[in-house]
Amino acid sequence: MNLILLTPLDLAIAATLVVALALISLRLSLGIEGKLLIAALRTVIQLSLLGLVLKFLFVQSHPLLISALAIFMLFVAGYEVMARQQRRFSGIWGFGVGTLSMFISSFSVTILALIVIIQAEPWYSVQYLIPLLGMMLGNTMSGVAIALDNLTQNAWQRRQEIEARLILGHTWDQAIREIRRNALRSGLIPIINAMAAAGIVSLPGMMTGQILAGTPPMEASKYQILIMLLIAAGTGFGATAAVWIGAKRLFDDRERLRLDRLGKKHA
Amino acid sequence: MGSLTLKQFRAPLLEPIDLHLRAGECQTLSGPSGSGKTRLLRALADLDPCAGEVSLNDQERSTFSAPQWRSKVGLLLAESGWWLERVGDHFKQPQTELFEQLELPKESLNWEVSRLSSGERQRLSLIRLLSNQPQVLLLDEATANLDQANTAKVEALIADWRKRHQVAVLWVTHDPQQRQRVSDRSWLIESGRLREAS
Repeated sequence: MNLILLTPLDLAIAATLVVALALISLRLSLGIEGKLLIAALRTVIQLSLLGLVLKFLFVQSHPLLISALAIFMLFVAGYEVMARQQRRFSGIWGFGVGTLSMFISSFSVTILALIVIIQAEPWYSVQYLIPLLGMMLGNTMSGVAIALDNLTQNAWQRRQEIEARLILGHTWDQAIREIRRNALRSGLIPIINAMAAAGIVSLPGMMTGQILAGTPPMEASKYQILIMLLIAAGTGFGATAAVWIGAKRLFDDRERLRLDRLGKKHA
Repeated sequence: MGSLTLKQFRAPLLEPIDLHLRAGECQTLSGPSGSGKTRLLRALADLDPCAGEVSLNDQERSTFSAPQWRSKVGLLLAESGWWLERVGDHFKQPQTELFEQLELPKESLNWEVSRLSSGERQRLSLIRLLSNQPQVLLLDEATANLDQANTAKVEALIADWRKRHQVAVLWVTHDPQQRQRVSDRSWLIESGRLREAS
């Protein structure tokens, strides 16, 4: 392995580039310098913390600690999904729909990959579980967030059409069918595009990292292929579950459209 | 044929209502805007949550599935919804005679929904609803976007239809003259209460 270690100075040089970008933003009054710097700072802090936590977990590989970290990651992803909704379900559902769907998809796909495909020993070994789960959650999160947002926005905007169908005796399932299908499609398009462009237009981050760390390119490719396929499946199952639960929640037991179950619009 | 009976029916903004519409009878409902007329019709069609009893031909609403109830108790809203591009795609079995009575050409089935005038929308949505063979009709300002001639045609069509099919009609209208023309009985909403108009 010919891994070149990075010093704090190396990172500082990269950071000055971001600071320079913030100065340009200030000069051109783009008004995003604050957001940019806060996000950059979050990246530094969060990734450093993750490094520390993983370092600790590599030594203390206790299943309980690992599950605690996994659950924490799931909840943060669930919160992110909720925060990206312009019209979120009120009550526990706002957080619950996205979190439950990501739990169903990301966790099951990750565990399947660890046990059946990678066959890590033990299967919950931190080195494999956490990065894999992180990538699954990160991507599933976007798909679920986009699909749910699309579902609730369209249900809101096309209320007249949905109710016209209910009035004519259509079931809730018929009345929401097209909207549900479009929502699911919108959640899946990013990962389909990513798969189509992988390796030609974009060099995926994980593979880049492995190559930089000295992994033979062919091995890095295989891991990247595995990850892409798992992400596509995970995102698809997650978005399907979210849209299905969400669409059901938009109607009550008498198949009435219940937009009052959505909260106020967030910017 | 259908009759509609309300027993202590509770709709938003209104006190509990007892009301009976015999098969083939037309009753109108008027009142200031915001007094809960549309909400009452929506509640009767089971589009909004509500409490109390309502029955069709003495059969309680809870014995019907929601889609069954809504296709039997047909609601015509002032603003109609269309979910496909072509008018005709919204009909299962368009009834030719209805188009003739409202003097709309049969080709209107091929029209694009986005190009309809508000009056055309309103008349086509009435035809769409009647083609569904409802047993009770709930009409919300059914002629709001129509000129006098078309209003007369719609009134004639509904009168003819309710007599032929013995359909009970509950008609929300703001027009006192229309009220006199079409109703067997008429009601006014006053501070949340239904009062029979003289």
